[in-house]
Amino acid sequence: MKISVLSGKGGTGKTTVAVNLAALLDGCRYIDCDVEEPNGFIFLKPRIERSVEVEVMVPRIEGEKCSACGKCAQFCYFNAIAHVKGRVILFPELCHGCEGCVLVCPQKAIQKDKRVIGKIEAGYRDNIECIRGVLNIGEPVGVPIIQELARFVGDEKISILDCPPGSSCSVVNSIEDSGFALLVTEPTLFGLHDLKIAVQLVEKLNIPCGVVINRSGVQDIIVEEYWRERGIPVLGKIPFSRDAARIYSRGEMLVDKGRFRRYFEEILDNLKGVLSYEAGSSY
Amino acid sequence: MKVCVTSTGRDVGSKVDERFGRCQYFIIVDTDSGEEKVLENQGIGSSGGAGIAAAQQIVGEGVEYLITGHVGPNAMQVLNAAGVNVYRGTGLRVGDAVESLKAGQLEQITGAVPPHYGMRYGRGV
Repeated sequence: MKISVLSGKGGTGKTTVAVNLAALLDGCRYIDCDVEEPNGFIFLKPRIERSVEVEVMVPRIEGEKCSACGKCAQFCYFNAIAHVKGRVILFPELCHGCEGCVLVCPQKAIQKDKRVIGKIEAGYRDNIECIRGVLNIGEPVGVPIIQELARFVGDEKISILDCPPGSSCSVVNSIEDSGFALLVTEPTLFGLHDLKIAVQLVEKLNIPCGVVINRSGVQDIIVEEYWRERGIPVLGKIPFSRDAARIYSRGEMLVDKGRFRRYFEEILDNLKGVLSYEAGSSY
Repeated sequence: MKVCVTSTGRDVGSKVDERFGRCQYFIIVDTDSGEEKVLENQGIGSSGGAGIAAAQQIVGEGVEYLITGHVGPNAMQVLNAAGVNVYRGTGLRVGDAVESLKAGQLEQITGAVPPHYGMRYGRGV
């Protein structure tokens, strides 16, 4: 079972919810897919046992074989190859690794080289398997790392995916094939605006969803009407609290503090309830 | 000689477009025959590498001189490889820019501005 935690808007508390739920789920797997800023390990503090580099294909043109016909440049949708005056110029950072240029080259002059764009690190915190992707600074596209992370998901245990913000390619790749989408929002107009986009995305991908309201308080009215209208279940609320912010800013887990643990236990109970309902209704 | 000017409009009375890769039009003037040609920039719709696409397009037209505002590093690499000389025509009208070039009054651009400069440093990916 793959449970994705996403939000649309950044900074609503995806990582807070994901790591604290992971800590309550005995023997689960936590995967940080926010490869541009993977910060879940700050809280989980796993012992990292493995680190694997992630590579993408980049073309290399063998000058002596190249006839400068320009077919590769014509084919490349991303303008990673230019063809001018009998010369072919490569712009590797624009390459998306589709290998189309390799296929269309009539001279077979394009070789497939590898370029490292980041890494995947894995380890354990007690019996929680912790995995994260890290995109190298300056790299524009993290999707290949997210696709590698997806291979760690298995049926033998629950995987909690801490997704990137937004609702574009990196999020789509993170949440594909999820059994459930946990939407974390905050009671602000910004939170609601971006959340509506996230809801459209999970509906398009046919993923059942529920919502957690972080920094909950009197302002909840801003977002509550939307849930009611759409019939999206509210799985829990985490109160707007200076104490919670202080614990978070020290890189500590809210579930380790007696006062906050119960909010996550409630989210988990409700989540289990919704999941068993979803499982029942599919028969 | 063949001169290409990045233009905000379709005629020589239009202002020079500051951007190269994402300019609206190219106006190509053959100063020997007086012939003019207006082309839409094929690079403008690119998700990335707009300058590279635009540079290939004008090189394909046999352009020897380019008048624009700023050129990014990738486009500059393509233009250099093709031997296109680049001049700054900021604030001028297209027709006046060509006359200024002929009179040797324009500044040559050799360095590139940072990537996505014409998008005001926004992300172009």
